[in-house]
Amino acid sequence: MKLLVPVSREKRTLLGVAFFVVFVALWGLITWSGAVPKHFLASPWQTVQSAWDLFATQGFTHDVGMTIWRVVGGFLLAAVIAVPLGIAMGTYKPIEAFFEPFVSFARYLPASAFIPLLILWVGIGEAQKLTVIFIGCFFQLTLMITMIVSATRRDLIEAAYTLGCQDTAAIRRVVLPGAAPEIAEALRQVLGLGWTYIIVAELIGASSGIGHMITDSQALMATDNIIAGIVIIGLVGLISDLAFKKVNQRLFAWSLQR
Amino acid sequence: MSRLSIRNVGKIFPSGRRGVPPTEALKPVSLEIGDNDFITVLGPSGCGKSTLLRLVAGLETPTSGDILLDGAPISGPGADRGVVFQSYTLFPWLTVRENICFGLREKNMSAAQQREISERFIAQVGLRGFENHYPKQLSGGMQQRVAIARALANDPKILLLDEPFGALDNQTRVLMQELLLGIWEQAQKTVMFITHDIDEAIFMASRVVVMSARPGRIKAELPVDFPHPRSYTVKTSPEFMALKARLTEEIRAEAMAADH
Repeated sequence: MKLLVPVSREKRTLLGVAFFVVFVALWGLITWSGAVPKHFLASPWQTVQSAWDLFATQGFTHDVGMTIWRVVGGFLLAAVIAVPLGIAMGTYKPIEAFFEPFVSFARYLPASAFIPLLILWVGIGEAQKLTVIFIGCFFQLTLMITMIVSATRRDLIEAAYTLGCQDTAAIRRVVLPGAAPEIAEALRQVLGLGWTYIIVAELIGASSGIGHMITDSQALMATDNIIAGIVIIGLVGLISDLAFKKVNQRLFAWSLQR
Repeated sequence: MSRLSIRNVGKIFPSGRRGVPPTEALKPVSLEIGDNDFITVLGPSGCGKSTLLRLVAGLETPTSGDILLDGAPISGPGADRGVVFQSYTLFPWLTVRENICFGLREKNMSAAQQREISERFIAQVGLRGFENHYPKQLSGGMQQRVAIARALANDPKILLLDEPFGALDNQTRVLMQELLLGIWEQAQKTVMFITHDIDEAIFMASRVVVMSARPGRIKAELPVDFPHPRSYTVKTSPEFMALKARLTEEIRAEAMAADH
């Protein structure tokens, strides 16, 4: 191993898969050897069986679908407001000075702590779940986009001015395309953040969703179902992350290192 | 009539901190640049020569004085003054051709016209075959050639260059000077070129303007009368040497003043 020397594509995939194998093997070993009782930690095989059972007989597809819709819905709502706001804050410093202190403060408010309030305000329906995700994503995203847009190279803006651009054209033709790859990357990261909020959002007052299934399983001591739920969240998150990454690479080929 | 008139233009930068005095970057200077003139502005680093160019470009506003382009005062940056910066300012998300067409698109020129103009300037700066490359795929010298083409494609009244070859290695730099001079000899453009390199200043200029150490002011103006087209061999002629010796003295005194 040499410092910072990249590895080949095949090797990278191989190494990445290898750790999953090691992880599952250790997990299997711990449960198979009886070091941990079954009702505390289900074995990998048992987890796979329950996952199959969940999908085949308990209508779990609907739960997964509901959870995905909540995460994506709350995330999109956050993005629709955070992206333009972040761009405005990044380009116009007075706007930044106005919003930035509050957004920085709000970013540290734990989204899950709002759940009791949100139940009072918007009830226990879908609106509550979407709002939790929204709160969890929005402030973070706004600050990230502000920072990205603030880092726009001044000399590129000046070049655009000397080529005949006015302010709005400079934003449209320089600020936006320049910041787009990093904004897309920020969206990808914040979507991942959204996933970490969904379970708490579904713990209370949900009649569907992966989180709802997990809470139900807790009452039944069904650790195999809980683990299956967790793994499925991980898988869905991983798939959405990879898809996002692929789209970003497609759209912003120019920004990749050559 | 002169194309560009700089009349008693001075620039003071506020310090931004209490107790720290403002910086006078440029003492009021006056300079006339005629149509199709090639002026090089020579001075030690930090003498305010870039400030002067940025004032003409409209990227800074003068603290005093007026700048007139074809008799009209300038009030901000605009497409009538093309600028080539020292840093590489090609838009990284656009190809060579798209970069050159950037200003043309802003003028809502038709695609066919854009193509025709970009074609011409791509050929002029010797970048045929690189039309669809991204800036990252080009060397520093090639990037600056695209930047020159991009500025020229807009057909500006004056071309402003702020040490455009400063970051290039010596060999590339010399070739770039010849390229730019060749373009000027063909196209006849009014050019203001900022540099701290004496050879560069003499080789391309029809007039060298020497600036003093900060706060900058114009210390001397020397006409350069070598005939055109000039080739690099002029650099070894006795007249060139004599001019260089004289400018070396002028600049040396200023560099020392700036250092003390």
